[in-house]
Amino acid sequence: MEKVTSLVPESCLLILLGLVLGGIVLAVAKKAEYQLEPGTFFLFLLPPIVLDSGYFMPSRLFFDNLGAILTYAVVGTLWNAFTTGAALWGLQQAGLVAPRVQAGLLDFLLFGSLISAVDPVAVLAVFEEVHVNETLFIIVFGESLLNDAVTVVLYKVCNSFVEMGSANVQATDYLKGVASLFVVSLGGAAVGLVFAFLLALTTRFTKRVRIIEPLLVFLLAYAAYLTAEMASLSAILAVTMCGLGCKKYVEANISHKSRTAVKYTMKTLASCAETIIFMLLGISAVDSSKWAWDSGLVLGTLFFILFFRALGVVLQTWVLNQFRLVPLDKIDQVVMSYGGLRGAVAFALVILLDRTKIPAKDYFVATTIVVVFFTVIVQGLTIKPLVKWLKVKRSEHHKPTLNQELHEHTFDHILAAVEDVVGHHGYHYWRDRWEQFDKKYLSQLLMRRSAYRIRDQIWDVYYRLNIRDAISFVDQGGHVLSSTGLTLPSMPSRNSVAETSVTNLLRESGSGACLDLQVIDTVRSGRDREDAVMHHLLCGGLYKPRYRYKASCSRHFISEDAQERQDKEVFQQNMKRRLESFKSTKHNICFTKSKPRPRKAGRKKKDGMANTEATNGKPPRDLGFQDTAAVILTVESEEEEDSDSSETEKEDDEGIIFVARATSEVLQEGKVSGSLEVCPSPRIIPPSPTCAEKELPWKSGQGDLAVYVSSETTKIVPVDMQTGWNQSISSLESLASPPCTQAPAMTRLPPRSLVTEEPQAPLNLPSDLRPSFAFPPSLAKAGRSHSESSADIPQQQELQPLMGHEDHTHLSPGTANSHWCIQFNRGGRL
Amino acid sequence: MGSRSSHAARIPDVDSIRRETGFSQASLLRLYHRFRALDWNEKGYLSRVDLQQIGALAVNPLGDRIIDSFFPDGSLHLDFPGFVRVLARFRPVDDEDNGNRDPKEPEPLNSRMNKLRFAFQLYDLDRDGKISRQEMLQVLRLMVGVQVTEEQLESIADRTVQEADEDGDGAVSFLEFAKSLEKMNIEQKMSIRILK
Repeated sequence: MEKVTSLVPESCLLILLGLVLGGIVLAVAKKAEYQLEPGTFFLFLLPPIVLDSGYFMPSRLFFDNLGAILTYAVVGTLWNAFTTGAALWGLQQAGLVAPRVQAGLLDFLLFGSLISAVDPVAVLAVFEEVHVNETLFIIVFGESLLNDAVTVVLYKVCNSFVEMGSANVQATDYLKGVASLFVVSLGGAAVGLVFAFLLALTTRFTKRVRIIEPLLVFLLAYAAYLTAEMASLSAILAVTMCGLGCKKYVEANISHKSRTAVKYTMKTLASCAETIIFMLLGISAVDSSKWAWDSGLVLGTLFFILFFRALGVVLQTWVLNQFRLVPLDKIDQVVMSYGGLRGAVAFALVILLDRTKIPAKDYFVATTIVVVFFTVIVQGLTIKPLVKWLKVKRSEHHKPTLNQELHEHTFDHILAAVEDVVGHHGYHYWRDRWEQFDKKYLSQLLMRRSAYRIRDQIWDVYYRLNIRDAISFVDQGGHVLSSTGLTLPSMPSRNSVAETSVTNLLRESGSGACLDLQVIDTVRSGRDREDAVMHHLLCGGLYKPRYRYKASCSRHFISEDAQERQDKEVFQQNMKRRLESFKSTKHNICFTKSKPRPRKAGRKKKDGMANTEATNGKPPRDLGFQDTAAVILTVESEEEEDSDSSETEKEDDEGIIFVARATSEVLQEGKVSGSLEVCPSPRIIPPSPTCAEKELPWKSGQGDLAVYVSSETTKIVPVDMQTGWNQSISSLESLASPPCTQAPAMTRLPPRSLVTEEPQAPLNLPSDLRPSFAFPPSLAKAGRSHSESSADIPQQQELQPLMGHEDHTHLSPGTANSHWCIQFNRGGRL
Repeated sequence: MGSRSSHAARIPDVDSIRRETGFSQASLLRLYHRFRALDWNEKGYLSRVDLQQIGALAVNPLGDRIIDSFFPDGSLHLDFPGFVRVLARFRPVDDEDNGNRDPKEPEPLNSRMNKLRFAFQLYDLDRDGKISRQEMLQVLRLMVGVQVTEEQLESIADRTVQEADEDGDGAVSFLEFAKSLEKMNIEQKMSIRILK
């Protein structure tokens, strides 16, 4: 099976399958039940394919070769149509076509116009599997897209001429025909660009309704198609331009999830439509009542379309090569001539002909079917071996590197500058101009501010590289990770977007994610290490974006199910992290990162009663913390989220985690391992503290910080670092997508884990833990003291020395964040 | 733009320039006109100011560096042969250049390596043959603009250097620079068609 698909293009198989299906239906029902209806084809099947190809068109490549593409599309199609039509007419005059084919010159020209256009669907289907080099592909494919305007005009003009009767056609009608060529093509392009503009502008304001973003893309693109179709303009051109024009801005504006949705929906729709088209082509061909065979016409047409295509390509290429920097060589020309596949567009157009006006319609239908089948099956089958045999330059897939991206930009600037110096306003000059215009006005207008800020191509490559590295690391299951591997270029991958600023913030303490990992790596071994590394990577590289992006969708559309599952994951991760840090804490290592935000704890007691009850079915256990390594409590706080939502972007918090960490002094080693069983995570490995962790107390903690950047982490960032966190988070937000308010799901504690009803502020353990440090449920009061009454004063007092101590042990002083305090107060009032 | 009637013969040393740069007669003439037009007060040479007056260069992020590269070794005057020599790097590579070239002859100015070298020296400000992290950062700062923060720029610069750096000296040498671009069609990317 694999062999079949590698040899035979899908489109061929589909047509053959359609033939078989059609044959069966015909045999059973005695009449053809289905066929490719032109209405269905043009209204529903074609638009997704064209949109897909327009939207994902490599725009730089397209515009680099625009001259060649336009030449082939306009001149080439006109040439093909007229020469084929005229030659067929000549064939008839010569008596080689049976006299029962009643057609005049105009009929043949009409037929020539519909049979001459290279079909985007067929070209795409075949060329995508051949992998010729990009330039060749974009020229053939671009031609097939852009020639639609010419085909439509030619077809309509010829059709109206035929209907008028050749005797009544006057000179002005020819002029009108020429004029309509411009109107149809330019009008179609204009419609597309207008809708592209609208689409970009609309997506700029969908921050709060992320879920409709993909819908908007499809809706407006389809609207462009319908509008152009209604106005008798080139609909294919309109959709192509719409997709081409809007992509840059839409991609920048919509959320990551929407981007994925758009991409896959578009691809899926396109391939569905393609499949249906080819199947229906096969099925329709079976219906013999529709067509009438004439060997002379069929063979003549086949010969002429191949011959004139080749001749046209050679002639045009010769002219074009005078102007091209990289001339198209002979091999390119062969592939271009041979790749001129005809397809469903021609078939739909020929079906649309009016039999009363064109008596030879049935013959044309048969000829078209044969031509389509011949080009798709024979040429489609042979083009791959041909390309191999001719040693056509294949497309090389290489991963983008930052160097290439950067230098490519440099080259563009250099070339633009040299053109300036030479005083020639060429392509580079205009492209430079356009880019400046785009930067100054269009992007400002069409991109949301946050997206615009971050939307730089070099930056984009950097970001994508980071993501890719993270994914590939995880894919490899951490096998490639060694202490040396981590310092390789992939290293910065963990310092993705937000983390760059975070790590920078922490730079004074001098540690990075990799350092932490290395430390762990050098000490642990075997599976433990792999697990840990993979886990870190998952947290740092993969999990975070997913989580974050989820937050960017509207809460109303995300099933609670998914949320809960994800929250559970987070919970488990946190659990593990706590355990790790706890283990380290035992060895007198302080963790700046695990210091809680006091406001959550304080607020919760007041407004979260329902939540608390829901979350904690258990009675308060003030002593529980002494048995537990970590107590994590995630509380739903919708009210608070709502109130905060307008405030900043960072408020896409999913839930609130209350962490209580027992002091290690109270716990003995045995207890720790006992508590490990409490943790629900299936593969928690109690990490042993590394040498570095022991010696450099800040190391693992800081490292963790850099690794586990997620909105979750914001909960456990020290108060005095929250300014930095907010900045970094909002910078991440702007890259990913601004969040919406979201109802955080409630993460229930696994039954076995111990839960305290009392909200507890997690506490960083000072490096020199005092034995007397009991873990009171009132730790939270440290935060609550801002807003709450003095009810908890004794506990507060108990806590305060600790806090104070902590503050000057390992937190940089003086950076307390008033912003968070305000939020906290607000939460408390709720 | 100078009078159209002028003839290539009026260009001093036209033959040796042609041999060196490979420009066609017509291109040389065109460049000569341009040179004369840029030299608006007819000094016979170009100064930095002359080039800086080209409006579009002012908005080119690398404009100043490109102007500087016309003035090698800190010289202040740019004569016509020098002008043409710089531009010759952007002449498209045609088959003759590769086919029947005498291997003893020096590499033509428009060879891949020379094109790359031109780009390289835009980065390498201190001319030590290496793009240091700092130099990379400066270029990035020029090209990326204000929308990316300094820290992000730094991490990009770090990564870019790291990516190309093979011998681990924390800088990109010319060979490493060329290697990082080996997949790219430099001959095509760094050529301007009209400079035949």
